Amino acid sequence: MAVTETSGLLTENPSAPRDSALFRYVLYQADDNLVLAQRMSAWISRAHDLEEDIALANIALDLLGRARMLLEYAGKLEGKCRTEDELAMFRSEREYTNLLLVEQPNGDFAYTMVRQFFFDAYQLGLWKALADSKDTTLAAIAGKALKEARYHLRHSSGWLVRLGDGTRESHRRTRQAVEELWRFVPEMFESEETCDRLAEAEVAVSPSQLRPAWIRRVRDTFSSAGLQIPGDRFSRSGGRSGFHTEHLGYLLAEMQWMQRSYPGMQW
Amino acid sequence: MTDRHRGEARFEALLAAEEKVEPPDWMPDGYRKTLIRQIAQHAHSEVIGMQPEANWISRAPTLKRKAILMAKVQDEAGHGLYLYSAAETLGITRDEMMRLLHEGKHKYSSIFNYPTLSWADIGCIGWLVDGAAITNQVMLTRCSYGPYARGMVRICKEESFHQRQGFEIMATLSRGTPAQRQMAQDGLDRWWWPSLMMFGPHDSASTHSRQSMEWKIKRVSNDDLRQQFVDMTVPQAEYLGLAIPDPDLRWNAERGHYDFGEIDWDEFWAVVKGNGPMNRERIAHKRAAWEDGAWVREAAAAYAARRRDAVA
Repeated sequence: MAVTETSGLLTENPSAPRDSALFRYVLYQADDNLVLAQRMSAWISRAHDLEEDIALANIALDLLGRARMLLEYAGKLEGKCRTEDELAMFRSEREYTNLLLVEQPNGDFAYTMVRQFFFDAYQLGLWKALADSKDTTLAAIAGKALKEARYHLRHSSGWLVRLGDGTRESHRRTRQAVEELWRFVPEMFESEETCDRLAEAEVAVSPSQLRPAWIRRVRDTFSSAGLQIPGDRFSRSGGRSGFHTEHLGYLLAEMQWMQRSYPGMQW
Repeated sequence: MTDRHRGEARFEALLAAEEKVEPPDWMPDGYRKTLIRQIAQHAHSEVIGMQPEANWISRAPTLKRKAILMAKVQDEAGHGLYLYSAAETLGITRDEMMRLLHEGKHKYSSIFNYPTLSWADIGCIGWLVDGAAITNQVMLTRCSYGPYARGMVRICKEESFHQRQGFEIMATLSRGTPAQRQMAQDGLDRWWWPSLMMFGPHDSASTHSRQSMEWKIKRVSNDDLRQQFVDMTVPQAEYLGLAIPDPDLRWNAERGHYDFGEIDWDEFWAVVKGNGPMNRERIAHKRAAWEDGAWVREAAAAYAARRRDAVA
C-alpha cells in the first residue's frame, strides 16, 4: 500500500529552483535523524546495564547532532531564516517528513535494536553515496555521518546476533520485532520524485539504489543471528508526504511542548 | 612482628605521610567497609541522579539544550562506572552493589528524591546540586584511598562543566521574560534547602565523620563544607537577581562568612529514611530497568558462553 498524500504545506512548486527540492531532501534526512534521536534518548536511564545506557545515549547524541546540522542547512536552503529550533518545534505531524520506521515506539530492547539495525544499515549506504554528492555541504555532512554510521551498525548488528543467537526468549523477541517492523522497510527504498530528480543531478541518491546493499547487509547479519527475512509483502509508507502512523503526534507533542507553551523566548 | 602488625604499621605510615592506600595494601576492616559504603553510595547517587535529569530530555526547550542535557546524563552514567570500579577494588561486585541498592540496603544522595517539575530544575541541579557535589568532591580528590581519589579528579573536571551549564541555564532564565524569571525563582525556592542537606547532618550528629577524618577519607567536616557552599553560592544568586529562601541569611563580617538559617532536620531524616517525595519512584524505576533487562543480560551471557566454547 503506497499512500501518496501531501500535506500541502511542504509541497514543491515544480518550477521552483533546485534549492527548494534540496531543502525537502535535506529535511527528509534531518527528520529521520531527529525523530529517532528523540526515541533513542528515551532509553537513557532505562537500559539493562550502565554500559548500554552510555552506548544508547551516544547513538542518540550522534543522531541529534546530525539532525541539527541538517536542519540548519535546510533552513539556509529554504531562505526564510528558519532556525533549527523553528523547523523542529513548529512543524506539525503533517509537515514532518521522516520515515515511518523511526517513529515507531521503542518497545522492548529487541524492538529498539531491530529498528536501529534496519536504520543503521540504510544510513550507512545513504551516507556512503552522499559523501560523493555534488552539493559540497551535503557531502561534508555525509562524511561525518558515515564514520558514525559504521559504529552504529557495528553496535546494532552485534546486538542482533547476540539476541538472535542468545536464549530462546531473546530469539523469540527479536524474531517478533523483525516481523512487526518489516512492513516499514520498503518505504526506505521507495522511489520518490524529489529524491529521483536530485539523483539525476548527482546531488542525491535514488532510494532504490540503496536496496541491494541493504539486503546484503541484512542477510549477512540475519544468517549469523539465525533470523529469517519475513515473507510479509505488506508495506506501509507515506512518511515523506506527512502521512504518518499515530505515534508521531505524541512524540512531537512532548518534544515541542516548551516552545509551544512559551513561544518566542530564549533558552 | 606478625604480618598483620606489619600491615597495620605500613597503613598508619601511609596515612601519616599523606600517601595513598592502594588495593593490595593491608587496611583495617572498618576502613574497607567505610569505603565500600561510601563509594557505592556515591556510585548509586550518580546513577539514580540520571533519572531527574533524564526526565527533561524529551522536553528540553531547544535542540542544543537537549544535546547538552543528554551528554550530561551520559557523563553521570560514566561517573557511576568509574565509581563502581573503584568500589570493586575493595572486594565487592557491581551486581552485589546493585542488589543492595534495589533492596534499599544501600543509600544514595537524598537530593535525587526531589522531583524535577520545570525546566528551571535542570538549571538548579547543575548550579546547586552539582555545585554542592563539587564542594564535597574536591575534598575527596585528597582522600587516602588511591582509586577513589584518582576517580574524583576526573569526575570533578566534568562536574565543574556541569555546574557551569546549570548556572548558564539559570542566567538565561533570569535575563528572560517574567514567566522565565518566575520559573527560575520557583526552582531556587525548591532546591535551596535540599542542596544544603547534601552535606549531611551537623558535625555533632554525624556518626561516621570522626573516624573518616582520622582515616583521611574525609578531610573537611560537613558543617565547614556547607559553609563553603553557602559562601560561594550567595553571590551567584545575587548576580542572577534571585532571592535565596532563607530570612536568616546575612553576611557576618566578624566571621567573614554568611550566617544562615537552620535546616529542617525532620525533612532531612524523613527523606533519608525513604519517605521523601520521590524515593519510591526512583527505586521502582531502577528496579524496573534492571528486571526488564534481565533477558538481555541472559542472552548476552549465553551468546558469550557459546562463543567461548566454540573457541576452546
